[in-house]
Amino acid sequence: MGVWHSVPGPPEYRQLAEKTGFSCEQIGVLHKRFKQLSHDEDTLRREHFMAIPDLAWNPIRLEIIGAFFDRRNFVPAGDGTVDEIRLEEFVVIMSHFKPPSLSMTDEERDSIRKEKLRFLFNMHDNDNDGIITLEEYRHVVEELLSRSGSIGKETAESIAEAAMLEVAAISMGHMEPDEFYEGITFEHFLKLLKDFEIEAKMNVRFLNMDTTNLCK
Amino acid sequence: MCASVLSVRLWVCALLLLSLCCIGGKCEIQQSEPSATTDIKPFHHDIDEPQAFPDEERARLPVFTMDYPRVQVPIEFTLWVLLASFAKIGFHVYKNITIWIPESCLLISIGLIVGAIMHSVKEEPPAVLTSDVFFLYMLPLIVLENGYFMPTRPFFENVGTVLWYAVVGTLWNSIGIGLSLYAICQIEVFGVQDINLQENLLFASIISAVDPVAVLNVFDDVGVNEQTHIVIFGEGLFNDAVTVVLYSMFSFVADMSAVESTDVLLGGARFFVVGAGGFLFGLVFGFAAAFTTRFTHNARQIEPLFVFMFSYLAYLIAELFAISSVLAIITCAITMKYYVEENVSQRSCTTIRHVVKMLATISETLIFFFLGVVTITTEHEWNWAYILFTLLFALLWRGIGILVLSQIVNPLRTIQFTFKDQFGLAYGGVRGAICFALVFTMPDSINRKNLFVTASIAVIIFTVFIQGISIRPIIEYMNIRRTNKDSSTINVEIHNRVMEHIVCGIEDLCGQWSHYYWKDKFKKFNDRFLRRILLRDNRAESSIVSLYKKLELQTAIDLLDTPVGDLSAAPSIVSLYDEKKGTSRPKKKFLAADVSRMHDILAKNMYRIREKTMAYTNKSNLPENSRAREILIRRHASIRRSLRSESLREMAAQSVSKSQKYFSLQPGVDPEVAFPLRRRSHGGVSPSSSSRWLTSVRRLKTVTEAGRPAASPEVVVVDERRPYPEKKTPAAAPRRRTFEGTPRDPEDGEESVAPPPLPAPPGWMPDNQNVRKNGAGDPLLGTLSHGSRGSGT
Repeated sequence: MGVWHSVPGPPEYRQLAEKTGFSCEQIGVLHKRFKQLSHDEDTLRREHFMAIPDLAWNPIRLEIIGAFFDRRNFVPAGDGTVDEIRLEEFVVIMSHFKPPSLSMTDEERDSIRKEKLRFLFNMHDNDNDGIITLEEYRHVVEELLSRSGSIGKETAESIAEAAMLEVAAISMGHMEPDEFYEGITFEHFLKLLKDFEIEAKMNVRFLNMDTTNLCK
Repeated sequence: MCASVLSVRLWVCALLLLSLCCIGGKCEIQQSEPSATTDIKPFHHDIDEPQAFPDEERARLPVFTMDYPRVQVPIEFTLWVLLASFAKIGFHVYKNITIWIPESCLLISIGLIVGAIMHSVKEEPPAVLTSDVFFLYMLPLIVLENGYFMPTRPFFENVGTVLWYAVVGTLWNSIGIGLSLYAICQIEVFGVQDINLQENLLFASIISAVDPVAVLNVFDDVGVNEQTHIVIFGEGLFNDAVTVVLYSMFSFVADMSAVESTDVLLGGARFFVVGAGGFLFGLVFGFAAAFTTRFTHNARQIEPLFVFMFSYLAYLIAELFAISSVLAIITCAITMKYYVEENVSQRSCTTIRHVVKMLATISETLIFFFLGVVTITTEHEWNWAYILFTLLFALLWRGIGILVLSQIVNPLRTIQFTFKDQFGLAYGGVRGAICFALVFTMPDSINRKNLFVTASIAVIIFTVFIQGISIRPIIEYMNIRRTNKDSSTINVEIHNRVMEHIVCGIEDLCGQWSHYYWKDKFKKFNDRFLRRILLRDNRAESSIVSLYKKLELQTAIDLLDTPVGDLSAAPSIVSLYDEKKGTSRPKKKFLAADVSRMHDILAKNMYRIREKTMAYTNKSNLPENSRAREILIRRHASIRRSLRSESLREMAAQSVSKSQKYFSLQPGVDPEVAFPLRRRSHGGVSPSSSSRWLTSVRRLKTVTEAGRPAASPEVVVVDERRPYPEKKTPAAAPRRRTFEGTPRDPEDGEESVAPPPLPAPPGWMPDNQNVRKNGAGDPLLGTLSHGSRGSGT
């Protein structure tokens, strides 16, 4: 295990550290990993991600990888996708997974929550119309169930529908027979996952030590 | 009214008690009699050959005899258990008494009263809390329940923390309390100088065993956050193991004159042997039990037996080798539960759970009850200083211990323990039965044993009463972080899973591991090897799907629980159709009452149809849960029917254009995607109905059949329920028109939702092949939005 020599990183580290809330050591570790993944190039592309063997098992890896190249996640009002990312975007996306620290006010906690939920929402909403439609949701469910053996497509469809109905029920309450439920908007999403302790679950403990040599 | 019930109960208890005492007393008398008579009889026989009857009374046939000694032990056991259970019932006379006073306190109080009564009549209580009875019979039941119902997910997420607090915390407490008590002993004034270091340490190790039964109930009720809850729960369980090791180590050492460093090292090694050994034994027996249940499908009645026997065996064998039996039985229960519950029938599963709970409750009740009784009847030695200092140090060291340990472990956790959590942990460190039982098993060579007994009783009673009663208001006042009870909705489940995968993926990406990695690895191992070997019926079922099916089932059962109008005669479907036609109004809404009536009618009809066709089906396919499946099927069918009827009324014109609206979701067709949701979403959703989403799960179907003549509904109905071709029984294949309850197929759940394409019944024209191809083959699978909702409760 290599020990990260505590060299004060280049100035961009400090800038990134301020922007994302990581410490300089953590950014250094991430940089190392970046270089490892990209084979010492400057930018990462999708092929690099697909080449990670551990990730191949993950049923939603396409979404995860897609999230890295989704401009909405680097720039608040961004749109569309990019084909390659630099260290900066890499670290910004990783910062979505920082755990909240103990000493946080409730508003900070709330805004972090919203941020994480926004990330999740963007992952589902591929066409960036601000709504998760049934198709998109069904896609997610199918992927999740794709490893489960003999589950057919029909199950995934019905589950997705059931889920959509749940959302409709929670957010819209009583609906007239002619009303049309388009899809899950971000507000509905927030309401739906109101009880879901996302700030506790969507966390990766970023270490200060460099363990990248241990994994592929 | 309450007062009279209470007084009745009091009378019953008093009577029971008196009977106990009388019987107890009487048995003394009874025992002496037989011996007296046996002496005299042979003598007489020697004298006179023909049996002379010296006393006329002896010759008569005894009409009424009583032979108490023969049944003494079982009777007394039963009466004690009954008494304790009556006490448990009796508490609830006052509605909410258990909110303010934990049950263990109440039980101890009743025990104290009973003990006082017994003491005044000079009776001895049965020796329940001696080591053998407690450790061999009562403790395994409690620990089995704890292990069986342990919430595994939070446990494994926090396993490091739990073990840290259990092991290191107990060590810290024992050594701290022991050393400080030894320091106190040095002070001459208190008169306890003859207690040496080993004895102090022994006593301290007993005292530091935490038994937070009472506190856990409070935590559950209040809904304290999951992490704190699981830490206290796990700590209570696992520190038994540590305490027992420490106890045996110190008691061994207490007999020795001098302690050397090798002994300490050996102690450490022993700890590992004990811990790892217990774990391994538990695993072995757990897997053995799981494997056995794979083959029990022909002997369903004894399935629960295996669970109990294997766990108990694990416990006993571990006791045999003096390794941690508590750890063994816990591991056994955790391992076994997952596989056994998939292998055994539904009834056996319920039975197992109930019996485990029942035995544990009895055991616990008895323990606390006897705690009270024995408190009064043992000999006490009271030493103010020692006891007060014991209490003080117990509280102090626990508080400091939790603080220090949390500081060390917090940086390694993602969700850290706040000070409120830590206070909850420290204050919840209530002592209980283990402590008590252990102190009785102290070797008698220790001359101050009575003092120790008194001190431990004092500590237990203090912590249980004072801390147990006050913890609830304090926790509520402190506003400790609570857990959000997950309403198990599909969305939450899906997002849970999504979250796990995302975090796992990100960790793989950035090369940092955490427990998700291990969880994933284990899951793969489990799927690949363990499930194949241990499960009879191995079809990997995603938890999302099983949750979905569970919710469906629940809805179905809820629906059928609604009081149905009684329809003795089954009207033919034709007349039903006419009725609906007649009442159709050209408007958008329809009355909920109508729909519910339709539902009921249909439900009853379905049932009969199914029953008829059952005669033709293969008997061997009917599992115990055929009823559940049947209800599910009924529910779906009836919902579909009602939607259909509703759509019948809605569309007076039955124009094709309108029917377009109800096309199913066809992946290829974009505009359609939007439409089904429209149908689905309409209708009032009563927030109270938990199953509202379920009601409209099915996709919309084309309503070309709307124009169908009446005959088709019947046919269709039967048809829909045809068994799914991929099922096991070849006999099913020709039975296309019958329902068939196939034994728990995961696909059933799915397919009752959307049966695969079925051959066209007569008079039934599928709309287009495309529709069927989706698996939405059955046009009747309309989503029922308000239809069932109106009828549903």
